[in-house]
Amino acid sequence: MASHEDTIIQVRNFTAAYGDSVVIDDISFDVHRGEIFVILGGSGCGKSTLLKHMIGLYEPKTGSIAFGGDDIVTARGDKRVEILRRFGVMYQLGALFGSMTLLENVRLPLEEYTDLPPDAMDLIATTKLDLVGLREFAGHMPAEISGGMQKRAAIARAMALDPGILFLDEPSAGLDPITSAELDDLIKRLSRSLQITFVIVTHELPSIYAIANRVIMLDKRVKKIVADGDPNDLRENSDNPWVRQFFNRQAEEHSKP
Amino acid sequence: MPLTTGVNEDSGVAPVGGTWNLSPIEWPMSPSEVSSLSHQIEDGDAGRVLALAGRLDADSTGAVWTDLARAVETAPGSIVIHAEKVDYCDGFGAGLLLDLQRRALAKGRALRIEGLQPAFQEMVGAFDPEHYKTLDIGRGAQTSAVTSIGQAATDVVKDLRGFVTFIGELALALIWAVRNPRSVRWKDAIRTAEVAGADALPVVVLVGFLIGFVMAFQSAIPMREYGADVFVASLVGLAMVRELGPIMTAVALAGRSGAAFAAELGTMKVNEEISALTTMGLSPARFLIVPRVIAAVLMTPILTIFANAAGIAGGYIVFISLGHPTVLFQEQLRLYIDMNDLMGGLIKAFVFGMIVAGVGCMRGLQTTTGASAVGRSTTSAVVSSIVIVSLTDGLFSVIYFFLDF
Ligand SMILES: Nc1ncnc2c1ncn2[C@@H]1O[C@H](COP(=O)(O)OP(=O)(O)O)[C@@H](O)[C@H]1O
Ligand SMILES: [Mg+2]
Repeated sequence: MASHEDTIIQVRNFTAAYGDSVVIDDISFDVHRGEIFVILGGSGCGKSTLLKHMIGLYEPKTGSIAFGGDDIVTARGDKRVEILRRFGVMYQLGALFGSMTLLENVRLPLEEYTDLPPDAMDLIATTKLDLVGLREFAGHMPAEISGGMQKRAAIARAMALDPGILFLDEPSAGLDPITSAELDDLIKRLSRSLQITFVIVTHELPSIYAIANRVIMLDKRVKKIVADGDPNDLRENSDNPWVRQFFNRQAEEHSKP
Repeated sequence: MPLTTGVNEDSGVAPVGGTWNLSPIEWPMSPSEVSSLSHQIEDGDAGRVLALAGRLDADSTGAVWTDLARAVETAPGSIVIHAEKVDYCDGFGAGLLLDLQRRALAKGRALRIEGLQPAFQEMVGAFDPEHYKTLDIGRGAQTSAVTSIGQAATDVVKDLRGFVTFIGELALALIWAVRNPRSVRWKDAIRTAEVAGADALPVVVLVGFLIGFVMAFQSAIPMREYGADVFVASLVGLAMVRELGPIMTAVALAGRSGAAFAAELGTMKVNEEISALTTMGLSPARFLIVPRVIAAVLMTPILTIFANAAGIAGGYIVFISLGHPTVLFQEQLRLYIDMNDLMGGLIKAFVFGMIVAGVGCMRGLQTTTGASAVGRSTTSAVVSSIVIVSLTDGLFSVIYFFLDF
């Protein structure tokens, strides 16, 4: 396993609750630099909740979430913006700005955070769209492209500032297998060539086996992490029969014609 | 396929689920870490030489971009970029190098990049400068004034046609509702009536009172010169009951509820909830529009009565302060306003309520896609209903004149 200095996100004693109902109860884990880290679990177990807390949208009930030693929970003002700039996020539904073209969506963070000349911004934004295969659609409005394309455009926007970490909430949900595989290739390529750390919520087992270095699995009943490790390893050797079953059943389903 | 350009399949792919080999690239700890980039431009035997050293990233490229681009464009011959000393290069660095390459290409100059670390080469090689000769950034083409005018005219006609269709549909749905009162969603109608009616009472009463008060006050001053200021009472009463009460209530309803209906239905349209209703075999007109129209149609006359009363109360206060007795006010109203005036106003209010609710719902259903579309629908709901209410009011004046109402 990666050594301690490689820790890029450190989550400690994290508890999430909506009002009085606790969704995640006192979990701790580290994400290491360069990892493709997958958060897994049944529907409604709190995956999106965990992700939204990690990116600082919600405040946890207890615990800390630190990026390279800086706690996003307590950071305020400029410090917080500086932490936020270290990662990009693709939301579950894309969340592109509907009144802007795809290019303008990707260009927005560049306008806000860099001092590039305007045509350089256009060029950079175009290369991001090129990376996700949407260059020809630069001038389209989000409403004019399909759901899968919106997700890819959202990834392009998340990558606009070349962040070290990308959070993706269910990137392949609702995509056809080919597009989904292309997305997996894209993730692997970015991970390899840019050492981007990915934190991904996904259900797609084929995709998990293809890309994940590490998986944590949340369980709704105990509200804790019930498995943590390499997906192939968990399938064979997890001491939790439920986890083994989850991986195997999904694997069988997938191998059916 | 751009997704796979430049991918070198055997270049350090992490074995799935196996160990993860980090190649020796230094990832920035944070953007605040000093990111320095230095460059030198020299003309030598081999052509113009650009030497880059340091980090090529979001924070450093902006400062040198224009300089380097100009250096490439003004180069007398071929160009060489020495990149041995580049120790970090991300998408911004790749973008910069790409820009330099495409500028050289456009000028017909040869450009070589030497000594770039293999790890960065993949990033840079992912984009082919040939494909970036021109950038299609899709800023909408300008249309000429003539085209826009023609476009606007056809839009108006299209809009009118849509409106006529909608009136037909609405009438059918309402007839259906009268025939099958048990299938109307009364719960929705009552909830809407509360929001559109009861909750609108304060603003309607306030505005009605102010209109009555101001009208009485402004007319009392000149009328007093002719000793005609007792007629302030009938003037305010008649104007409120026949015209201003219904109109003002309709405008308030358009601003509060017409806009709300358009936004509600528009959001449902954007979220494909309307499609879901349709595919379940439920008519959006019956399910969504009928309860709203019923609520508005029932509440508008009642609100109008309150507006009338408030306006007359405003006039009364001015009347009293002019030194006239209350009895005279009552007498004036009795003499000049009869039941016909009141009913005429209330019939108008009834129709206005239908127009405002109907137009609000129609604009909501006409919503295209995207968040801004909902805003446009809301705006046009308010504007169209006020326009149509004004036109209808004119029509009523003509009808009432001929009916001698
Ligand atoms: N905004 C919210 N308010 C209250 N409860 C919520 C909210 N968002 C999610 N929940 C609840 O938290 C639990 C986890 O939700 P979520 O994180 O969205 O699950 P998933 O793993 O499917 O992404 C669910 O039981 C859900 O009902
Ligand atoms: Mg979710």
